[in-house]
Amino acid sequence: MRMAQAGAVDDPVVEVSHVNTQFGAAMVHEDVSLSVNRGEVFAIAGGNGCGKTTLLREIIGLVAPSSGTIRLFGADSQALQTFDGRAIHRRFGVMFQYGALFSSLTLAENVAVPLREHTGISPQLARDIAAIKIAMVGLPPDSAAKYPSELSGGMRRRAALARALVMDPELLFLDEPTAGLDPVIAATFDDLVLSLKQMLGLTVVMVTHDLDSLWRIANRVAVLGSGRVLGVGTMAELAQSHDPFIREYFNGPRGRAAREQAAENLRGRRG
Amino acid sequence: MRTETEPEASFAADDGRLSCEGPWTVPHLATLEKHLKKIGVRRGTEAVCDASGITALDTGGAVFLHRALVGYRQQGRTLELQGLRPEFTELFRMVETHWASTEVETAVKQGWLERWGRFIWGQLTQGRRMLGFLGENTVVMGRSLLVPTRIRWRGLFNRIEQDGVHALPITGLLTFLIGVVIAYQGAEQLRKFGTNIFIVDLVGISLLREIAPLIVAILIAGRSGSAYTAEIGTMQVTEELDAVRALGISPISLLVLPRALALVIAMPLLTVYADAFGVFGGMLIASTNLNVSFTEFVARFEEAVALRHFLIGIGKSVFFAMIIALVACYQGFQIRGGVEDVGRYTTRSVVQSIFLVIVFDAICSILLNWWHL
Repeated sequence: MRMAQAGAVDDPVVEVSHVNTQFGAAMVHEDVSLSVNRGEVFAIAGGNGCGKTTLLREIIGLVAPSSGTIRLFGADSQALQTFDGRAIHRRFGVMFQYGALFSSLTLAENVAVPLREHTGISPQLARDIAAIKIAMVGLPPDSAAKYPSELSGGMRRRAALARALVMDPELLFLDEPTAGLDPVIAATFDDLVLSLKQMLGLTVVMVTHDLDSLWRIANRVAVLGSGRVLGVGTMAELAQSHDPFIREYFNGPRGRAAREQAAENLRGRRG
Repeated sequence: MRTETEPEASFAADDGRLSCEGPWTVPHLATLEKHLKKIGVRRGTEAVCDASGITALDTGGAVFLHRALVGYRQQGRTLELQGLRPEFTELFRMVETHWASTEVETAVKQGWLERWGRFIWGQLTQGRRMLGFLGENTVVMGRSLLVPTRIRWRGLFNRIEQDGVHALPITGLLTFLIGVVIAYQGAEQLRKFGTNIFIVDLVGISLLREIAPLIVAILIAGRSGSAYTAEIGTMQVTEELDAVRALGISPISLLVLPRALALVIAMPLLTVYADAFGVFGGMLIASTNLNVSFTEFVARFEEAVALRHFLIGIGKSVFFAMIIALVACYQGFQIRGGVEDVGRYTTRSVVQSIFLVIVFDAICSILLNWWHL
């Protein structure tokens, strides 16, 4: 659907190799290596404070790792904040954990910010594209004129997703997309990500510890624990893992419930 | 833009058809818009839009295409879309379905009467709320003073250090300079009449009674009042205030009282300090420009400047302190929305407290004049 603009199609979109991160005396990552392929939903899972969000911030070039390299579309992600990095910036969108909407702008203006910054299109067209994105993520049209402080948490999350998608990126980063949402909204959010992924051909990298969304939408999952990658694979593979942390993570009471739910959904879809 | 080999998107009209070529994606939309403008000028007779040349389509491109078609239809012309690749039709249809739901009615413009009405009503409700805030504070303060153990002494002394002690250098420097300026301005006139010694009356009374308290108040409003509003407002935004209330602590006794008491204690002291520096500035100029020695100056000061001028200045600064603290804290509590509110209300807090300080000062001048003080 979309032409490969740099590098071969089957090159990994994100490649993290031998990354170490240290904050003072605390070791956050030890020799972390991962790669994300085009067109997959890749999840980074792990307990609280295991460096998931830090890894995400390193991939998008907001934080520098202490050593190791991270490549995004084949380019070093540390160069993203330089002028040459702008071309790469257009190719990915980020949804931050708390939305990070600009509080002085209305929702429609928030969504249109990347268009106004990175393209030379007219304000009317930018507004129309923003309005379509707002409708696509399932927000009512009258919310477009509201300010972030007037929206609920779930709506803010959707608006942040609309802003992340407005440039039609190839790659979408989601930081804890369903944290703090009620189960119904979280499930519709998962469906939304899946349908957008299918329609727009997105590659999705998400940080989450929501077991339900891991089972529902992740093609592959990397589990981080005590600064290392404990395992990478599909959920079914990870569930068979012998690593004690992964076993506890996926086979605890919540993990089992999520798994049964996922199996039931699968049966329902077949039947 | 990025590479030379990348095909350009285009949109052109020829032979009664509109032809679309190349990648119709967000980076190319600016070019496509220019092309559309060119076509629009010609107002041709196109009846078919040939989309078979589109090699890549994203949501932005689909919105643009749909918009162009809608634009044509609004002109009363029929335009048929042909040849869109099957892999793009789903995306295009999705844009079509969402398009209808995004038609938003434009807001009704407010007339001048409504705008004025809203403005005045806003000011009135704000005044009422401010009175309420004042009342609440008075009650809490009264109760706290009856039971001194309730006062948060630690916070109070902390604030006195922050807002009083740390303000000493700037206050001293500024009032010293003001004293110099007043003496200079007066010196010129007094020398004409040969009444050099009256420089003492001029500098002494104006500084002690009016200028030093005002300068201190303006400085404190800018320095501490703005900080109070921003601090309380940020706590409001980050839900810290809600946490304080939920823990059963009164935000007024925790946040407002220490600040208000600190200013009420610190500002009169700062004013005394400012008086000294200002008079010293005037004294310096008197001795260099008007041949009034330090000893003559001090001797004249004792007889010319009555104690009441000093006391009136100090007394006013107590009220200035209350005005600044209450306005600053009140504005902090008004912050509801987000980050940009903090900036707006901080500005408002400084402007409003300086305004009220000067209004209060003017009222004092009139009343004291009536009572011949």
